Amino acid sequence: MRAPSIAVRCSGVTKSFPAGGGLVEVLHGINFEAPAGELTMLVGPSGCGKTTLISIIAGILSPTAGMVETCGIPITQLADAEKVAFRRRAVGFVFQQYNLLPALTAAENAAIPLVAAGVPLRKAAKKAAAILEQIGMRAHLGKLPNQLSGGEQQRVAIARAVVHAPPLIVCDEPTAALDAETGQTVLEILKEAALVPDRAVIVVTHDTRIFRFADRIVAMEDGRIGSVRSAALGELAEVA
Amino acid sequence: MNGVALRMLLGDRAKYIGLIFGIAFSTMLMSNQVAIFSGLMLRTASQILDAREADIWVMDPRVEYVDEIEPMTDTQLERVRGVYGVDWAVPFYKGLTVAHARDGLLQQVILLGVDDATLAGVVPHLVLGAVENLKQPDAMIIDRAGFQHMWPGHPLALGKVVELNDHRAVIVGVSEASPPFTTFPVIYAKYSNAMNYIGRTRKQMSFVLVHARQGEDVHLLARRIASETGLKALTWRDFTWATISYYLKRTGIPVNFGITVALGFIVGAAVVGQTFYIFVLENLRQFGSLKAMGVANHTILRMVLLQAAVVASTGYSIGIGLCAGFFEVTSRVSINLRAFELPWQVAVGTAVAVFVIIVIASLASIRRVMVVDPAIVFRG
Repeated sequence: MRAPSIAVRCSGVTKSFPAGGGLVEVLHGINFEAPAGELTMLVGPSGCGKTTLISIIAGILSPTAGMVETCGIPITQLADAEKVAFRRRAVGFVFQQYNLLPALTAAENAAIPLVAAGVPLRKAAKKAAAILEQIGMRAHLGKLPNQLSGGEQQRVAIARAVVHAPPLIVCDEPTAALDAETGQTVLEILKEAALVPDRAVIVVTHDTRIFRFADRIVAMEDGRIGSVRSAALGELAEVA
Repeated sequence: MNGVALRMLLGDRAKYIGLIFGIAFSTMLMSNQVAIFSGLMLRTASQILDAREADIWVMDPRVEYVDEIEPMTDTQLERVRGVYGVDWAVPFYKGLTVAHARDGLLQQVILLGVDDATLAGVVPHLVLGAVENLKQPDAMIIDRAGFQHMWPGHPLALGKVVELNDHRAVIVGVSEASPPFTTFPVIYAKYSNAMNYIGRTRKQMSFVLVHARQGEDVHLLARRIASETGLKALTWRDFTWATISYYLKRTGIPVNFGITVALGFIVGAAVVGQTFYIFVLENLRQFGSLKAMGVANHTILRMVLLQAAVVASTGYSIGIGLCAGFFEVTSRVSINLRAFELPWQVAVGTAVAVFVIIVIASLASIRRVMVVDPAIVFRG
């Protein structure tokens, strides 16, 4: 069996934020890898630096030091405009609060990454609708976000994350606003729709109920990687 | 992303309507007040504007505006005629008197006496009769509004008789004279008849109307007339502005209208600025998520500017339409409100003011959107 390629590689990543006239370091020399074709969960208590780390991996924040290579691109060396283009092309996002545009229909919301890349809204919505249909949203294509349940909104967000076929998808607490059953369903859909051999999915969560969907769990504590457990090595049986 | 920007704007109906209302209200208030103000100011110079054949108005040097009359002797007319470059010069009388209608009301009227031979100075547009009729004995031309003031409810007709200082005068024409500031009826008569109506005195001629020879520079000619006769000579345009300036300086009209226009601007800027800012603020998270998903700052800027432009142009169109409609309706409701209209200059000026309002309204919002951290989307 061929070993999966590494989609995300972080070496010695530190991140400091200004606070109280000084600097507070929230990530301390992180070394981290996320293979393609796997769902990696980044877990840990609130404030441990999970969100900061995926923001850096996704090219939203810049590290104070260290190197980040995402999908073969050294994003720490990119200029701001290049990072914007990188995010547009290579990253799909699923947010805790869905962040759907209230005035757009489900299909139009899912089409946003294509529209941002220059595809006309109508054409993009058609492509997004096909994905939404695959994840059981056929009856909701023309509905506005306020006409959808939380689980349905998160499905739209998943469709939005995959519509432009990015090699990396980052999800920030995708089940935090959902009940247990809906959260399980959303993760099933996420794994089914998003996980393909040449794509890495990184999920930040502290929802232990969804750990069973992980191929790899990276535990963080106080801005450091505490442990890495892999399903392939049979290390996840006890946490799942 | 333009389509997305428009959907975001139109999707929030309450705010969109609030924004449109703010701009429309502001546009309506500013354009309406400026148009009424400019209409009022033009009324102060209506008799100058109606005497279209006159290039230059000559008057006593102490006269500052058209309603302030210091009569001149008839010999001054000959002196003006003798100036090189003058094509023709005719006497013009302007004064107030009282007209009694035998079958109507008593009215203070503006009496304008024009040259007996040429009838130069009569407003050319008549709705009944002809200017030439003025050469008939005891003839006078009255303006349409004046007719309706003196004979309320009567249809416009020729042959009606009035008395001016015990002198009989017959209406031989009804004109469409520009409305005067005071709304008094405007009566044209031959100069000699006008002298009979008011009673002869040593000095009676209010103005000399001058027509310049072809190719003559009217400003140079006015200066030449002034230096050779010692009288004041102004082109019709300069005299119009002198009259308007007098009212601007000596009355509270500009202050009154200025305050209303300023209020329109301030209220518009405040309402639209605040609503637009709240609209953008409420969408900040959405803009943040768009940024996170790789939408560039300049695209976001274009989206906000497009939203602002749509609000401005829609609100302006509604406001300026309401303003034009207002004048259309009021001019039909009351003849006294005729000739209050929306000049294109006011429409353009209001558009500029609305542009400034929307720029002010957008600036704060744009700043917030530009600096929003896309990482905001990862904060629950």
